Formats: sequence, structure tokens, C-alpha cells
Amino acid sequence: MQDRWEHFEHGADVGVRGYGQSKAAAFEQAALGLTAVITDVDRVAARDSIDVACEAPDDEALLVAWLDALIYEMAVRRMLFSRFDVEIDGRRLTARVAGEPTSVPRHQPTVEVKGATYTALRVAPTDDGGWVAQTIVDV
Amino acid sequence: MDLNLLQRVGPCEWEIPRHGAMRVPARIYADEALVRDMDSKVYDQASNVAMLPGIVRASYAMPDAHWGYGFPIGGVAAFDADAGGVVSAGGVGFDVSCGVRCLLTGLKRDDIIAVQKPLADALFEHIPAGLGSTGSLRLNGTQMHAMLTGGAKWAVERGYGTAADLERIEERGQMLHAKPGEVSDQAKTRQRDEMGTLGSGNHYLEVQEVTAVYDAATADAYELKLGDIVVMIHCGSRGLGHQIGTDFLRRMVAAAVGYGITLPDRELACAPIQSELGQQYLGAMRAAINCALANRQILTHLVREVFARQLPRARLPLLYDVSHNTCKVEQHAVDGVQRQLYVHRKGATRAFGPGHPDLPEALRRAGQPVLIGGSMGTASYVLAGTAGSEQLAFASACHGAGRAMSRHQAFKTWSGRQVVDDLARRQIVIRSPSPRGIAEEAPGAYKDVGAVVDTADAAGLARKVARVEPLVCIKG
Repeated sequence: MQDRWEHFEHGADVGVRGYGQSKAAAFEQAALGLTAVITDVDRVAARDSIDVACEAPDDEALLVAWLDALIYEMAVRRMLFSRFDVEIDGRRLTARVAGEPTSVPRHQPTVEVKGATYTALRVAPTDDGGWVAQTIVDV
Repeated sequence: MDLNLLQRVGPCEWEIPRHGAMRVPARIYADEALVRDMDSKVYDQASNVAMLPGIVRASYAMPDAHWGYGFPIGGVAAFDADAGGVVSAGGVGFDVSCGVRCLLTGLKRDDIIAVQKPLADALFEHIPAGLGSTGSLRLNGTQMHAMLTGGAKWAVERGYGTAADLERIEERGQMLHAKPGEVSDQAKTRQRDEMGTLGSGNHYLEVQEVTAVYDAATADAYELKLGDIVVMIHCGSRGLGHQIGTDFLRRMVAAAVGYGITLPDRELACAPIQSELGQQYLGAMRAAINCALANRQILTHLVREVFARQLPRARLPLLYDVSHNTCKVEQHAVDGVQRQLYVHRKGATRAFGPGHPDLPEALRRAGQPVLIGGSMGTASYVLAGTAGSEQLAFASACHGAGRAMSRHQAFKTWSGRQVVDDLARRQIVIRSPSPRGIAEEAPGAYKDVGAVVDTADAAGLARKVARVEPLVCIKG
């Protein structure tokens, strides 16, 4: 299993899906997918880092909480992120997240993400021993 | 959608009979072509909504219904608090009180053509649009509280627009019983720099020309004539509303079990109206409605400032302002009995018929203007509420076109440049910070709004009054 992200189709919005060798890696990839909804990930320099933490009663709710935490940080700090180092300990997630302030000319942000939904939400082991973490985000 | 699953009730009305845990049937308003094209998930979601406690009469889907979160987008459902009814954060959505307002201008096409590009540039420069844009207004804690309580009325008191505007806004510009104290600090922080911003995605500001009038008497009452220029603004409650949706969705998902509510889909997260969480959500959601109304009011003021410089003889009175993601307490006759209901409209427009006491005097005879935003570069429509629509879907109508193609597919199909050039050939000037955003919002990525509106008219949800088409589009 190679760590990677992809988008999947939803009528009005966008699905983000991360695959990883671990649950934490799948969450990191899903976060890259989230940034890619807004801009080309390669255009975002991992210059400034912040710490993010969240908790939820189960893995799937934790994915929603994680993406919501990033959406919030992007909105209030006016930043985009391109590097995510996630640790998951039971119900708690902690992460170091790196990115840079949003620049309209350089990032040409497509759309702002309003929130993560519980639609098509899935966090589960894959057949080849890795993990998948996915949900639809509202834009 | 598989027509075999539905019972046809009329030319534009279909029923999903009760099955499984549905408490009431579901009704879809659409002609055969639209219902055939409709995502089968609308069937599932409309059926799921019909399972919620306290739902009255039926779960409804409008002609533009498509796959949403929990509720279909284009979904309407009313709940009775005394019958264990619920309020659902998913039934309102992330963009609380997203809506459309329409300003009259007294101008004609030639007036705009003469200044089309400078006008587009000035609007684009003056109106913050797109991700990361900020408004010039910063609110401290006290001012935030006043804004969340006062809505457009607060904005008018601060000099953004006139008292006459308030008459032309649902709730007279101020949603009562808002509880700013129930709005999280995160939601308030997210709104800090976003007052008077347009947002992104399908939000836009357009200068449009009236290109067809279908109902001359009502058009007269709305002061719309063929060839007139109007301005339409489509946006919502910005970061504050998005965060309230996020906060309460999470809280309601966690609390549902405790309330003994079995959710067919987590996204239908809800709480009894008569519960602490239900009341907290209603208070916060109403504050978000005020935020949206204040935001559209400030944007209106910015538009007027631009017109005052570019076309000084224009006055821009407000025709009307509608919200299409809300839960509101309304009186409706059900089987001949007046009941107080909590009407959720998720991607659906309130459409009060003629004589409704909540309409301002000048519009009462004609019925409520129902503003249907098209997609970028396509027509939008003005409809009017009908006398019969209360008995259909609690006086509700469609809200827009709905996507036909995902964002991803649209981006693969078109480039932003190509869309801009295509629109330019049709004499539509577009300004946006994001070429990819333009591609993802390409006109061809949306369904035909005309077919949706024709069906709303044929079904009696609202009647067609006028069509408007863009000359200038500012896209977030």
C-alpha cells in the first residue's frame, strides 16, 4: 500500500479519500486531498507550522473532527497546508501541520470548504493491510 | 431514479409510499424527465427524512432536488414540536440562510453596455470575493452580539442601506429569538474578517437584464419590465454559519442516541425541538440567519457605492431577499387545522402566496417574490408564491439549477479561460480570482434551470414572472 490521496465524485461537492499504511497516514493523505480541493498541493510551501489536536468517540467521527479542525485553521489563519504529521492515540489525534499564508495570485484558490460531512464517511482497514479514510466535504 | 418505485399523483407530482420506518410518505415535485434524471439518492434521502420523529404530512423534494447530506438538497420537511418533532442541523446545512436578493436599478441594457467592463472591474475591486478575501469591517464582541441579534436591521442602523430595504427582506430583516450566546467562539472568530464578503463556490453577484416577462401584472407589482437591469446577489452566512453547522452537526450526532432517536443516516442528526440542544441550535441558527441578512445588506451597500460612481442616476431599491437554507416557525393549515410547524428548507425557497400577512403591503397582492439563481452565465428567474402552494409543500419552491456534473469532471472538461471567452462572445463579462473556480462552475456543469422553473410553475409551487440573464458576473 502506497500512501496516496484521491477525490471521488459527489453531485454538488467533493469526496476526499486518503490511503495509508497506517490509520494516521490515511488521515494525513485525506488532509492533502482536502487542500487539493482548494488549490494545487505542490504550490503550497510547508513553511510555517502549527499544532492541531482533536478528539472524537470513534475513528469516523475523528476523521470529521480532524478535517473540521483543518478547515477552521485555514479559515481563521488564512493559510493553506501541505504537510501533515498525524499521531492517533485511541480517540485522540494530535498533529503538526505546515503550510503558508494564502496568496490569491499564487494559489488561485478555487473554493473555500465549509465543513466536513458524515456522508460517504468511512475509516477502515483495507485488504492489503493499509487504511482508507474518506468523507465528503461541503464547498 | 427508477419510476417503478414511485406512484404518480399528477403530471409533476410523485409519491414515495410509506415503507420501512417512514412515518409519512415522501412527495417529489418534478416532471417525468426531471424525476428520471434525479439521483436515486434523492429517493433514499427523502425517504429517510420521512422517518424522523414529529414530521407532518410528508417529506418533500423540489424539482431541483439532488443528493445532499442527510436531507436532499431541495428538501422540505415540517415538524410539530408538540408531537415530538425535531430540528436538524443537517436539514438546514452548513451555509445557514444562504440566499438570493435582487436589486432594481431603473437602468436599461444600453446603460450597462456603455460601462460594462469598468463596471465589472469596479464591482470586482470593491466587493471582496473568493477564498481568503476579507471585509473592511471588524466586529468586537459587543458588535458581533448586536449583529447576530439585529441582522440586516443592525446593518441599516450602521448606515448600510435604508429602512425601506428591511420591508423587502424575509422577517423584515431581523430574525427574532436569535441567541448569540449559543454561537461558539470558534464560529465568531471565523466570522471576524468576513462581514461583507461574497464567499466562493456557487456564490456570485450579477448584473442582469430582464429578457422575458411571463406574468405582466405581477411583474408590474415587482416593478420589472422587459429590458430592465437588476442586480442579484447570491451568498450566505459565511464562516459563522459554516461553523455553526459543523458544531451542531457533531453535537447532534453524539446526542441522538440519548434522545432515543434512531438515525437512518448520521447526517440526519437532530434533536427534539423541546430539548436543550434543540433550543440551543435554534438560537444559534437564527443568529446565523441574521449574519447572512447583515452580510447581504452590507454587500448591497457596496454595490450601491459602485453604481453611485459609475452610473450616478441609478437608484437601487431592493425587490426582495430570500433565504434557502433555514428552519423557520410558521403557521400552516394541515387538514383544515392551523398548526405551528418548524419548516426546514434545505435548498428550497419559501414561497408565500398572495395575501400572506408576513409580506410587505406593496407585494401582498402579488405574492412573495421567489428568486431562483441560475448558474454563472445562465438565466435566473423571478417567480411568485401561489395561493395553492401552502397545500403542496408548506409554501416552498425550488432554489436553483443543481449540478449536473461534479466539480472534478467540470475541471477536466473546461478551462477557466475557455469559459471566460465563451461568455465574452455572449457579451457577458466575468471577473473572478480563480480560473479553476470558473471552470468548476461552468454553465454546462449545471442542469437547465429553465426546466426546473417550468416544473415549479406547472406543479403550482410558484408561478413564473420574469427571466433575467447576466451581463456582468462577479464570481467568488
